[in-house]
Amino acid sequence: MTLHGESITVAIGSKKILDDVSITIGAGEVVAVIGPNGAGKSTLLKVLCGDFPPTQGYVRMNSHPLTSFPLAERARRRAVLPQHSLLSFAFTALEVTLMGRTPHAHGGFRPTDYEIAGAALAEADASHLESRTYTTLSGGERQRVHLARVLAQIWDAPASEGSYLLLDEPLTGLDLSHQHHSLAVARRFAARGTGVLTILHDLNLAAQYADRIVVLWQGRTAACGPPTDVLRPDLIQDVFGLSTTVLPHPELDCPLVVAGISAVAMRTGS
Amino acid sequence: MAGSLPFILPMRGIARSITLTVLPALLLLVVLLSAGIGAMGIQPGQVLAILGDQVGLHLPWSYDDGQAGVLLAIRLPRICLGILIGGGLAASGAAMQGLFRNPLADPGLIGVSSGGALGAISVLVLGGTFSASLPSLLGIYLVPAAAFIGSLIVTVMVYRLASARGQGSVATMLLTGIAINAMAGAITGVLTFVATDAQLRSITFWSLGSLGGGTWEAVAASAPFILLPLLLFPRYAAALNALTLGEETAGHVGIDVDRTKRALVVLTSLAVGSSVAVAGVIGFIPLVAPHLLRMLIGPDHRFLLGGSALLGAILLLGADLIARTLVAPAELPIGIVTAGIGAPFFLWLLMHERGGQVL
Repeated sequence: MTLHGESITVAIGSKKILDDVSITIGAGEVVAVIGPNGAGKSTLLKVLCGDFPPTQGYVRMNSHPLTSFPLAERARRRAVLPQHSLLSFAFTALEVTLMGRTPHAHGGFRPTDYEIAGAALAEADASHLESRTYTTLSGGERQRVHLARVLAQIWDAPASEGSYLLLDEPLTGLDLSHQHHSLAVARRFAARGTGVLTILHDLNLAAQYADRIVVLWQGRTAACGPPTDVLRPDLIQDVFGLSTTVLPHPELDCPLVVAGISAVAMRTGS
Repeated sequence: MAGSLPFILPMRGIARSITLTVLPALLLLVVLLSAGIGAMGIQPGQVLAILGDQVGLHLPWSYDDGQAGVLLAIRLPRICLGILIGGGLAASGAAMQGLFRNPLADPGLIGVSSGGALGAISVLVLGGTFSASLPSLLGIYLVPAAAFIGSLIVTVMVYRLASARGQGSVATMLLTGIAINAMAGAITGVLTFVATDAQLRSITFWSLGSLGGGTWEAVAASAPFILLPLLLFPRYAAALNALTLGEETAGHVGIDVDRTKRALVVLTSLAVGSSVAVAGVIGFIPLVAPHLLRMLIGPDHRFLLGGSALLGAILLLGADLIARTLVAPAELPIGIVTAGIGAPFFLWLLMHERGGQVL
């Protein structure tokens, strides 16, 4: 059970946004995609969820072409958290979460759908927002409600059929504890058999929560593997142009990236 | 930035039940008032008795033949037309606002009604001889068809323009509306030069709107094209809810966005175009009815679409009652009444409701 993109190339005119990128998200695995702005991270996610077809290459979900799944069928197996969500109508947080149950509802929500929406809100630590109007929520609160919505969407997807969670910068606007909370939720879903792909900017969060890290740079895969293999000072220097020191994490079995002296000098302009 | 009154929210479910019970009762009340008030008064009991006799049910109220004649031949078709048009316009407004992801989309403001009127006027002025040569049944559908095509073209155009520059940009949408309304005004102006006196009167009628043409024939001509959208809209309620999150996200939760958009564009154009064809351009009902309802029951389209249809019918019948009694025995164009009440409401919306955030 995998979500697999093979030799994905996306070209707009003569410019290649993605150039021969292959990626696999296995069941029960958290894969973090990192890379500088404009590296093609969001484009890769959009190709993997079927928003637009790659110029070359293909996407397979559970060994079948992604396009062979009807839209509702696709939606019952994989949920996508976009970078920005638009909503200018005064739905309550519960109603927004229920929208995640759309592919499961046939002519109306069942009591199960309400139970799942409630549980998903609790999982995203947003139960207290349930009857608040979305338009009155802060940026971080909105992001948690949308997380609850995508969790509700694949909440009861049977592990044997392969389910996937694609998160595009899920931590935008979240405070420190909720950043960890959201990634812990992703880990819990992975523990139940869901394959998770998340675009992240914080290398240490990626190191701490991901099984594998894919580094995108100028539309190509610069590195791919477990955090300890990928997060090396030379690679970070090449890709991000930032001098860093990488230490073993004092408590956890993962690397810890610390910005180096020249990075600090760059910041203060001295 | 409170979009609606926050204190009703915990009671949204209750407010919904109450509202959706009260609206049908209100509609019945307005129907009885509309049936009874006019040059010839008819008591509510008499209205029921006349209707009862039509289906062989005898009720204990007496009436004379003149009253029965007025009710059955004049007031009843006008009421039916009012319900159809008010309901069709308001439900289309609700659907269009969901589709454009914008609570300010209104077929009048964005030019869809003008497009319909232009289609109707063109056929009327330029195609007079053509339509006269058609069999009468086909003839009565020619004007609604032209109005539908006019509305459809404008809806597609506005949607393309508004979504090309970001998701449903309000500024683009309203500016497109201004341009199209101006264009429609100019072309209508040109047509008035080639129009005969009789055609001129109906051009005025089209630009200001009136239920004065409420005959059974008009009801028959518009009913199928308004009832079809009204019956099909609820199928798209879940899709409209998801669409408020943006087109991509709607796709991610399994909605066939392209099919939904096409269906809604055609259905709203059908309802708006047919309304324009028989009653002219009636503004603000499609904006005001869904808005009032959202404040009461929230934006969930599963309840909003049907509720808007009921409230739109109530508002239009109410406006028609004012239009034909205020300066009796003369009659105001109904567009003047709906604009007189709707335009200040729209201004209030712009100033207060969203703290100037709408644009």
